Amino acid sequence: MSPARVLTLHEAALADRAGLIARHPAVFRRVTAARLGTSLTAAAALGLLAFGLWRLEFSPGRIAGGLAQLLHFLGMMLPPDPGSASRAFLILRGLAETLAIALLGTLLAAAVALPLGFLAARNTSAGRLVHFLSRRALDSIRGVDALIWALIWVSVVGLGPFAGVLAIMTSDIGTFGKLFSEAIEATDRRAVEGVTSAGGGRLARIRFGVLPAVLPVMAGQVLYMFESNTRSSTIIGIVGAGGIGLMLSEMIRTLEWGVVSFIVLLVLVAVAVIDTISGRLRAGLAG
Amino acid sequence: MLALLAGHVAEVDLSRLGRHLGDFFGYFDRLTALEAGGGRVWTDPAEWFWGWRKWGLLLADTLLIAYAGTALGALGGFLLSFVAAANLVANPWTRGMARRFLEFCRTVPDIVFALIFVIAFGLGPVPGVLAIAIHSIGALGKLFSEVIENIDSKPVEGAAAAGASWVAMLRFAVLPQVLPNFASYALLRFEVNVRQASVLGFVGAGGIGQDLIEAIRKFYYNDVAAILVLIIVTVMLIDLGTERLRHRLIGAMERSP
Repeated sequence: MSPARVLTLHEAALADRAGLIARHPAVFRRVTAARLGTSLTAAAALGLLAFGLWRLEFSPGRIAGGLAQLLHFLGMMLPPDPGSASRAFLILRGLAETLAIALLGTLLAAAVALPLGFLAARNTSAGRLVHFLSRRALDSIRGVDALIWALIWVSVVGLGPFAGVLAIMTSDIGTFGKLFSEAIEATDRRAVEGVTSAGGGRLARIRFGVLPAVLPVMAGQVLYMFESNTRSSTIIGIVGAGGIGLMLSEMIRTLEWGVVSFIVLLVLVAVAVIDTISGRLRAGLAG
Repeated sequence: MLALLAGHVAEVDLSRLGRHLGDFFGYFDRLTALEAGGGRVWTDPAEWFWGWRKWGLLLADTLLIAYAGTALGALGGFLLSFVAAANLVANPWTRGMARRFLEFCRTVPDIVFALIFVIAFGLGPVPGVLAIAIHSIGALGKLFSEVIENIDSKPVEGAAAAGASWVAMLRFAVLPQVLPNFASYALLRFEVNVRQASVLGFVGAGGIGQDLIEAIRKFYYNDVAAILVLIIVTVMLIDLGTERLRHRLIGAMERSP
């Protein structure tokens, strides 16, 4: 005699399918307005993607050919190899330059953006017009990519890492200004009111009411931007603004794939190290 | 200390900055002075934006590059994020591999991918789209997998208890919870990618960057100003539009239980 097999929940549900449908018709309705909306949106998104790929001249042949080339390059990238000791030294120098550009650019941007942040914050700005104008100015600066700023600074101060520092600085002023002003707007009003009631003027209010509250937040943001800038300063060399990017783009253009993978690996390691250090520091600031 | 050392390495030269700071503002002066003579650019918009037809098309291409790259990246990130989520994949090796791959994709800047792809796929928008797609896979895959790790585990357990396969479990227990968040992140990425697509042309990967770098290199000041204004306005409009959409998405998410 065999024991009656215990049905799994799945089988039990399937056995009583008709009953379930009768009891919960809403769950089993195939087409609901919400579902239709989602499907239509997805279809439109895919349609636009298809149009984009067609308009931008994607073709299976081109993709296949490119992938074959890419695989070939990948094969040549192994093992990573700087070629010679002197070149390895040049690469390391480029990396140091990159880190220096990121550090200086971030610090300078923070210094310039600090007063701008107060102007762009609703609660500390000098009037609505100043608030509005500084907001729009910061938005415009952020709308232009760091690489474009690098090109502009290269045509002003010439080739070299100095242009890179200025480019990182300029593009970060926009970001910092926005982040700082948001931090300032989020401060507790009570401290400011306390300083006012004690007879503090405008500057005293900012110095003793706002600044102590926002400085740790700002320091965290500066560290975070430094992480992000180590990434962007690796590429501004492509337009001649110093750092390891120049070397990297040259090596790619001359098809020295071993060196390329060496540089990329080096950058990955450097970025990981910086991220770890600044992550620790930020955790310390927050805690 | 560190700043001084960095200053030395980066060849910071304040006297050079002093000498050239005038040039920087002079640059903007020249950007806004009509080359044909007579006044500022905004006094004669027709002359200033003489190439608006060409630039408009290039700008549309730039947006398409950003869109196609984001869409492909979102699809790739979508597939990989399930593999990289700790609560769905028990095997640490599979998960680790997926995570390392995502990390690699987002740490290498997209313009470096573009440089390499331009050589492999030839000049034009194709390498641009692929570069943006790869970078977006890395960025979105990470965000998506974090969203998945934060979902409510009760529907997942319910689906598993009812005998659902892994894919059915994803479809009915995970997907409804994460879709609005995914869409919101993808929109945010699209904003970033529009900026990126505007400079990919610098290395020959399509879009308006090609014309911009030419104008800057050849000192066509008015064109530089016109293209920059176009880029800034487009970026702002896109930011505003996606912000609206994201608020609606988040609102919809909060309304449904």
